[in-house]
Amino acid sequence: MSFDATFQEKKLKSVGTRPLRPDGVDKVTGRARYGADYNMPGQLVARVLRSPHAHARIVRIDTARAEGLKGVKAVITAADLPDLTNGNAALFAILDNCMARTKALYDGHAVAAVAAIDAKVARAALKLIEVEYEILPHVVDVDAAARPDAPVIDEGIFTSGVEPKPDSPSNVAARSEFGHGDVEAGFAKAEVIVERSYKTEQTHQGYIEPHACVANCNADGTADLWVCTQGHFVYRQNCADLLGLEVSKLRVTSSEIGGGFGGKTHVWAEPVALALSRKAGRPVKLVMSREEVFRASGPTSATSIDVKIGATRDGRITAATSTLRYTSGPYPDTWAEIGAMTSFACYDLENVKTVGFEVVVNRPKVAAYRAPSAPMAAFAVESAIDELAQEIGMDAVELRIKNAAQEGTRASYGPVYGPIGIGPTLDAARVHPHMSAPLGKNQGRGMACGFWFNFGGETCTDLNISADGTVTLAVGTVDVGGSRASLSLIAAEEMGIPYDDIKAVVADTATLGYNDMTDGSRGTFSSSMATISAARNAITVMRERAALMWDIPVEDVYWEEGQAKAAGSKYGNLSPLSVKDIAAEAGNTGGPIAGHSELVADGAGVSFATHICDVEVDPETGATSIVRYTVIQDAGKAVHPSYVEGQYQGGAAQGIGWALNEEYIYGEDGRLQNPGFLDYRIPVCSDLPMIDTQILEIPNPNHPYGVRGVGETSIVPPLAAVANAVSNAAGVRLSHVPISPPRILAALHKQARE
Amino acid sequence: MLYERPKTLQDAVGMLAETRGKAFVLAGGTDLLVRMKSDEFDANLIVDIKSIEGMSEIVETDGAFVIGAAVCCAALGEHEALRDAWPGVVEAANLIGSTQIQGRCTIAGNLCNASPAADSVPALVAAGARAKIVGPDGTRTVDVQEIPLGPGKTSLKAGELVQSIDLPKPAPRSADAYLRFIPRTEMDIAVVGVAVNLTLDADGTVASARVALGAVAPTVVLSEAAAGTLLGTRLEDEALDALAAACSAASNPIDDKRGTIEFRKHVAGVLGRRAARMAYDRAGGA
Amino acid sequence: MSAIAVSTTINGDDVEFLCQPDETLLDVLRNRLGLLGSKEGCGTGDCGACSTVMDGRVVCSCLVLGAEAEGHTIETIEGMAQGKDLHPLQRKFIEHAALQCGICTPGFLVTAKALLEVNPDPTEEEIRFWLAGNLCRCTGYDKIVRAVQDAAREMRGEVA
Repeated sequence: MSFDATFQEKKLKSVGTRPLRPDGVDKVTGRARYGADYNMPGQLVARVLRSPHAHARIVRIDTARAEGLKGVKAVITAADLPDLTNGNAALFAILDNCMARTKALYDGHAVAAVAAIDAKVARAALKLIEVEYEILPHVVDVDAAARPDAPVIDEGIFTSGVEPKPDSPSNVAARSEFGHGDVEAGFAKAEVIVERSYKTEQTHQGYIEPHACVANCNADGTADLWVCTQGHFVYRQNCADLLGLEVSKLRVTSSEIGGGFGGKTHVWAEPVALALSRKAGRPVKLVMSREEVFRASGPTSATSIDVKIGATRDGRITAATSTLRYTSGPYPDTWAEIGAMTSFACYDLENVKTVGFEVVVNRPKVAAYRAPSAPMAAFAVESAIDELAQEIGMDAVELRIKNAAQEGTRASYGPVYGPIGIGPTLDAARVHPHMSAPLGKNQGRGMACGFWFNFGGETCTDLNISADGTVTLAVGTVDVGGSRASLSLIAAEEMGIPYDDIKAVVADTATLGYNDMTDGSRGTFSSSMATISAARNAITVMRERAALMWDIPVEDVYWEEGQAKAAGSKYGNLSPLSVKDIAAEAGNTGGPIAGHSELVADGAGVSFATHICDVEVDPETGATSIVRYTVIQDAGKAVHPSYVEGQYQGGAAQGIGWALNEEYIYGEDGRLQNPGFLDYRIPVCSDLPMIDTQILEIPNPNHPYGVRGVGETSIVPPLAAVANAVSNAAGVRLSHVPISPPRILAALHKQARE
Repeated sequence: MLYERPKTLQDAVGMLAETRGKAFVLAGGTDLLVRMKSDEFDANLIVDIKSIEGMSEIVETDGAFVIGAAVCCAALGEHEALRDAWPGVVEAANLIGSTQIQGRCTIAGNLCNASPAADSVPALVAAGARAKIVGPDGTRTVDVQEIPLGPGKTSLKAGELVQSIDLPKPAPRSADAYLRFIPRTEMDIAVVGVAVNLTLDADGTVASARVALGAVAPTVVLSEAAAGTLLGTRLEDEALDALAAACSAASNPIDDKRGTIEFRKHVAGVLGRRAARMAYDRAGGA
Repeated sequence: MSAIAVSTTINGDDVEFLCQPDETLLDVLRNRLGLLGSKEGCGTGDCGACSTVMDGRVVCSCLVLGAEAEGHTIETIEGMAQGKDLHPLQRKFIEHAALQCGICTPGFLVTAKALLEVNPDPTEEEIRFWLAGNLCRCTGYDKIVRAVQDAAREMRGEVA
């Protein structure tokens, strides 16, 4: 059945209200089950042995003594996993990251794992595994790794995307380029040119729940996996591919998820747990420690970015370029390419060129982190735009408004925009009371814009109507922050029934068709499309049933306000039939009533935001406090505004942490110095003010209710917004994130000396 | 590993003295349990001292406050007389960790953990606190700064444990203050900490001063040079400038994940100045 | 190493359990007593997800040995609602959308309840500093602070 996803302007009853979330009581009483809250009979406890070296050849691993320890039921190394060395490079990287085959490529890289009857035995067994390493030179810094004299991490990497192909290997895995026009001609027309270099350090998603799973491989080839993930269907596919399991025989159930932000889109512990279970013949529980999460899950890229922007004195940008170097961990990836695509996406530019370089380093394999790659690019570009505004003496908002992309603009990364929110968020910022509020001593204000693509993708949903007329909505996108509430609202809206009549659940991989994961801000966008489609299909069935009950042609039955109604005056005596009425008779009219949908959710509307930030900087210590913060973002349509606000606030808070204090700190030995919440400093409650939000609704033309993804864009502007505010407060430009107190003070002292 | 919960000091000392291998005293446990999480941790005995009579009490005598080794830091903040007498010490103790940590951590533990960045130790040193130590050879009392020898190392002998921290009653026109620098507003380890304890003459000039610096050397630095800059002054700008310079000069820090040498030396001066001002105002200086 | 027998009171009930000397109270709650509401986010007292109340003081149960519970009273998230009646803080957290993923929520509720018992009318700053040991990575804390403020108002009898 074809599904018309076109936006239709209409008055909405349920969408836009703020009902209580269906999983609320479970979560405030401690009854909700997360990754580590599940147990199986006879389960073993798994532990992973990790490399203490940043780069080392694994000469020998001897597991005999560990295997001989009483209570140890399985020990595995890469030798127990399929050898994908000459296969698909992406799969090889995933598996090699789960368990190092020939070389340990970063501090924390898994080299062996044990399953034992309890944690104590598992810990003792780890100490009995002998690993002989040949330590190799390592490199962790993005610029150092890209230099020709850097130790080469993978002799097989020759920079792709350059002609001719390089004749020697390097750590620069790929070059990508986007843009249009003639930037040289554009710069020639410029009256002012700002050219700057910026750096950002590696950060972690910092979800509070460490990775956890329970795996069970049965002798008959079936297997079960309980796991905290953003995408259980993707985990199923990955684990099956890596271990040679039949996809449909591996049933993956997503637990409640204690935060992911992109970090739970990649497998690392799960294939190990499954392999241990297969070897031991018993269920295996694997829970990472916080230290393991920092050392060996998937943080974001460290970056080094050059930006050049030229403009005329009246504030029109004539040309812009950016060169972006992103670390991807020890395996090639596409993070710089994504950064290059986003870097100038907010602006309408005649001449623009962005170039990305993927750099491999001896750090953990990078995973997505909320609008991955965009915050760093925005930090560089939005800082440079601010400097440009200062150079030409123009208000920072006005300059951005003058150059903002709009409907019909060709984006720097290729496509032509439809209706978009960058202009409206800037207009809202210009008149926002925050913008004109007085500032105190040592305070400064900054603002910045951000962009994110938003994803769509494969989605399916089942909507089952029970005999009493209540509805079960089974979705396949993991609920990371309230989507069961928003999807229930969508179903209620489309069917015309009360929100409370709907119970939304996240189905496991055996009970629903394939769904892409909850990433790219697609959860509510794409599952709401599938929910609307399923609801429409269910309504079609209910109209048919009503027609049968009334014994009239189905063409004469229409659906309005949650009821089947007979059309035309000839059926004047027929009272409308509610969902409950129709459901009660289902057994006599053709059996259970349901609506299903399988679709590819196309047309995720791009998303834009503008943030305003006030800070106070102590000029004697460099201590920075966030005094006031405002997020203005286009939601397309806010389905459940409280959770939309929550996404805005949460992204802003993560961005503030990134801007001010969060960073991976490596020692000279290539070991991570701060693998814990004590020294990896995420914002605490007393660090932040209330975070004001303003939701704009510029409908997405490709969604029936106009919904756009809202989850990620909010982390894009804060790095620059904070940096611009600090620069305004301290009177010195900060170009290295995090803008920690020692960096601020050093910049102030340098300025004083000069 | 054994866990023991003795009822008397003698029993505790006996257990600690008799055990072969490593033994640890457990008071609040907020450092010890973190260490126990490490795969490298190894111990034969944990002696929980919280059931020993008097260990969880603050006793006010004519001349001192005697703070049992198991008194949690939150309890210091709830003790009005102690707060009035030693506001800097209590502030420092209350800066350690979160609400949850406050309900468990102790100043004796903070001292014996021997971290260079311990918040309460500079304040205790500036206050002239003494530690009562009980061991196989009886009881001895030492200045608190004699206990930490370097990161993780103490002068306590086998079988010894701290019974109490004794704070003298302050002289008239005296007050202390403690300030630390952390990147966030809470939950961090001090990058620099400075405690100042002043006694004023009737006319408001500084008659005696103690300045102690934390996190700028392997152990707390009690700087006579820094204290000397304040003597005979009323904290005029020149005196505070001299104090700041002396605090910076007395600092011998390292570069690490929490701060740089340059940053720590500079901020030691800034905090010295601010803490001195606070202590001076509290002591009734104009 | 041999197990220690511990008698304690948890959420008002007498409870006895055996634990190893190095086992934390959090491990005991989760692995021996089935009280899975207390979460382990770090195991080092930095995140507050395991917050429980011991003799009236809120503590990180990951930094308490199970053996230390002997003779003391412990309160966990599981004891917060009275039967089917949620505590005002629990209701307000749901009403204010003060949770997204919810993993930190039990710890925040236990810690906030302890605050309102000693300070029924806290300022925003007092709330923020009291809760600084509870990390939340989803909400930016805004709605959490508002939920605590609103619950405090209701508990003081000031109906909004």
